[in-house]
Amino acid sequence: MSVIRKTFGMAGAVALAVALAAPAAAQLELRIMAPAGPGGGWDQTARAMQAAMVASGAAKSVQVFNVPGAGGTVGLAQLINAKGDGNQLMVNGLVMVGAIITNKAPVTLDKVTPIARLTGEYLAIVVPASSPIKDAKALAAAVKENPGKVTWAGGSAGGVDHIAAALFARAAGADAAKINYIAFSGGGEALAALLGAKVTAGISGYGEFEGQIKAGKLRLVGVTSPNRLAGVDAPTLKEQGLDLVIANWRSVMAGPDLPADKKAALLAAVEKMAKSPAWAELLKQKGWDDAYLSGDAFAAFLKEEQARVADILKSVGLAK
Amino acid sequence: MWDSLAALAQGFAVAVQPLNLVFAMVGVLLGTIVGVLPGIGPALTVALLLPITYKFDPAGSIIMFAGIYYGGMYGGSTTAILLNAPGESASLATALEGNKMAKAGRGGPALATAAIGSFVAGLIATLGIALLAPWLVEIAVNFGPEDYFALMVLAFVTVSATFGDSPRKGLVSLFVGLALGLVGLDKLSGQARLAFGVPELLDGIEVTTLAVGLFAVGEALYVASRRRHEPETLEAVRGSLWMTRQDWRRSWKPWLRGTAFGFPIGALPAGGAEIPTFLSYSTEKRLCKHKDEFGKGAIEGVAGPEAANNASAAGTLVPLLTLGLPTSATAAMLLAGFQQYNLNPGPLLFAEKPMLVWGLIASLFIANAMLLVLNLPLVGLWVRLLAIKRPWLYAGILIFAVTGTVAAKPSPVELAMLALFGLMGFVMRRQGYPIAPVVVGLILGPMAETHFRRAMQLNLGDATVFLQSPVSATLLALALIALVAPIALDGLRRFKSAED
Repeated sequence: MSVIRKTFGMAGAVALAVALAAPAAAQLELRIMAPAGPGGGWDQTARAMQAAMVASGAAKSVQVFNVPGAGGTVGLAQLINAKGDGNQLMVNGLVMVGAIITNKAPVTLDKVTPIARLTGEYLAIVVPASSPIKDAKALAAAVKENPGKVTWAGGSAGGVDHIAAALFARAAGADAAKINYIAFSGGGEALAALLGAKVTAGISGYGEFEGQIKAGKLRLVGVTSPNRLAGVDAPTLKEQGLDLVIANWRSVMAGPDLPADKKAALLAAVEKMAKSPAWAELLKQKGWDDAYLSGDAFAAFLKEEQARVADILKSVGLAK
Repeated sequence: MWDSLAALAQGFAVAVQPLNLVFAMVGVLLGTIVGVLPGIGPALTVALLLPITYKFDPAGSIIMFAGIYYGGMYGGSTTAILLNAPGESASLATALEGNKMAKAGRGGPALATAAIGSFVAGLIATLGIALLAPWLVEIAVNFGPEDYFALMVLAFVTVSATFGDSPRKGLVSLFVGLALGLVGLDKLSGQARLAFGVPELLDGIEVTTLAVGLFAVGEALYVASRRRHEPETLEAVRGSLWMTRQDWRRSWKPWLRGTAFGFPIGALPAGGAEIPTFLSYSTEKRLCKHKDEFGKGAIEGVAGPEAANNASAAGTLVPLLTLGLPTSATAAMLLAGFQQYNLNPGPLLFAEKPMLVWGLIASLFIANAMLLVLNLPLVGLWVRLLAIKRPWLYAGILIFAVTGTVAAKPSPVELAMLALFGLMGFVMRRQGYPIAPVVVGLILGPMAETHFRRAMQLNLGDATVFLQSPVSATLLALALIALVAPIALDGLRRFKSAED
């Protein structure tokens, strides 16, 4: 009985707090699509946005729904049908840029309206603690000598990790088409392969490796950020002479043919959320870096990323 | 080691506080209710109900979380046994004999042996974590892709030997499953296979959609087609509702053997729960003294796989807690549970937060015990489900199957697939083809392929690695023996009888 009362009591208090926090000005009733199953990065981003938008009063109500499938392109096809809809957003990111190309998706990002880039996560390159490779230079030398002999463990084929490994090979002066990249599903299996020293190197978001690096089981040889990361004791690849900067960014987009006033309203709502203390708190809690970039600046960034990803996927043979 | 046991005892002290027991009970109840939907396995149940636990203090929330998890798992077994609709791949083996038992009026003992077997496996595996975790994990991370591939080969050989009366029909079914397993994006190259331009097919065929379609929908169609020949209702209870002395005698060994398969294989980063349940099922079939009962409802075929399933779930905690490796969907959900408190499981977790880790292990165990307390009295109620008139019962099963599938993957393509697999299950049943091998093929095929190609990639195309690795060589030798021995023994017997 006490449990039930407690649950209801809590729910009531939360509802009340939400109602008080939302000023009357916010009339937006938003639906945010996570084009993936519950629990993943896009779903978490959508749900974090939901919480922050309601708490900051950027929107009156927010509903999150999932449309999983094919690297998000099933959800993208649905968004393309939401022409001029000023109440719907979709979360996506670099992974979708790659998936559209590798899956030969019938839909592209050219039609939708980019709203803002929200978060980014730089990648880390690690080797097993027992490896003779001490830094990124040594790894680059090994890749240059024989790219096929260096085995990489990372996430799904054509994903951010794969793209970064190919870019690394290119920066090292090797043929990206010859890299020996092994796609693992889920972080656990790739980590197990690294801890068992079955592969030469691993590549993934820094957070994925953090515990193992601190425990001394993996050696961090470089990060793909432009500058050193706060609290991470490793040089960037750039410092080590490898011209490679890449982040796994996540963003939010709206449907095609959006009227100017509706676009302005969405831009304002997302901006209000991104600048709110509630969002800052969520970023900290989830370990995401703030990478807020909105409107035309984001659209220009998206174009550059599309070109870069298309080019590298072609060179590794994942796209024609 | 003694430190671990002392910490475990402290964990128990926290978990048995009255309020925490209430949390465990509520969790088990919620988990069971959601988990009975076919298509919704324990991982998804936890994902759906996780937000509820946010509202409580850390200890209470983790305990409730554990309760939801075990409730979800048991809910899956319940539908597998009573409705022949395995809610997840790991309860497939349970459905095979469990449903036959239920139809023969022995649903009560089937549910009981599943619940008690899970409890026994949980008990042993919890001790296993306390005593063996650091040692087991060393072996687990050194298990290479070639070793996994050899394990899959062994599973293929032993499972295909249990495909029933006609090996030819069993193999046809298996190959249908292997073909279905090819659908979708190739994991290693990212290229689409057999997707025919349908984006939803790029992710491959969901095991639960296939299993629910073939088993539940197929059976509903089959029963409908034969309605005139069969009585209106099933007999819900024949003989004792509880396990008889003989049931106990026939169950305890399979429980222990199932645990012995489940715990170590579950501890392997890519081990999973399916292989131990398949291995347990085929072992029990081979060792059973009542071989004629297999395929008609042998209690060993429920007791073993259920224990294996539960033990493997505990096994996945070994890499999660000692190394921070989430190796299954469920472990990933557990990780989410930890992250609520800004805790990142990793190699340092045991050293830094022993109380929390052991508290979690203790609460998993308490939840398991609570499940027994709560569900055993309900067995009588559950089996009454079968006393519902057939048209009503099967209409209900169809609704369950559809809602479960849609909840897991809301897409019209998924529904179309469910209907198609249902039709396929109906035709196969009519023609006497076994349906379990199709699902086995879909599960094991892609796993075997991935590990084979990974091993080749890692060893730069050198196939001798399968014989160089001692683990792989041993497992392959075992597979060869399992394949050749029955034929050789059979030949020997014939030779002898010819002599006489």
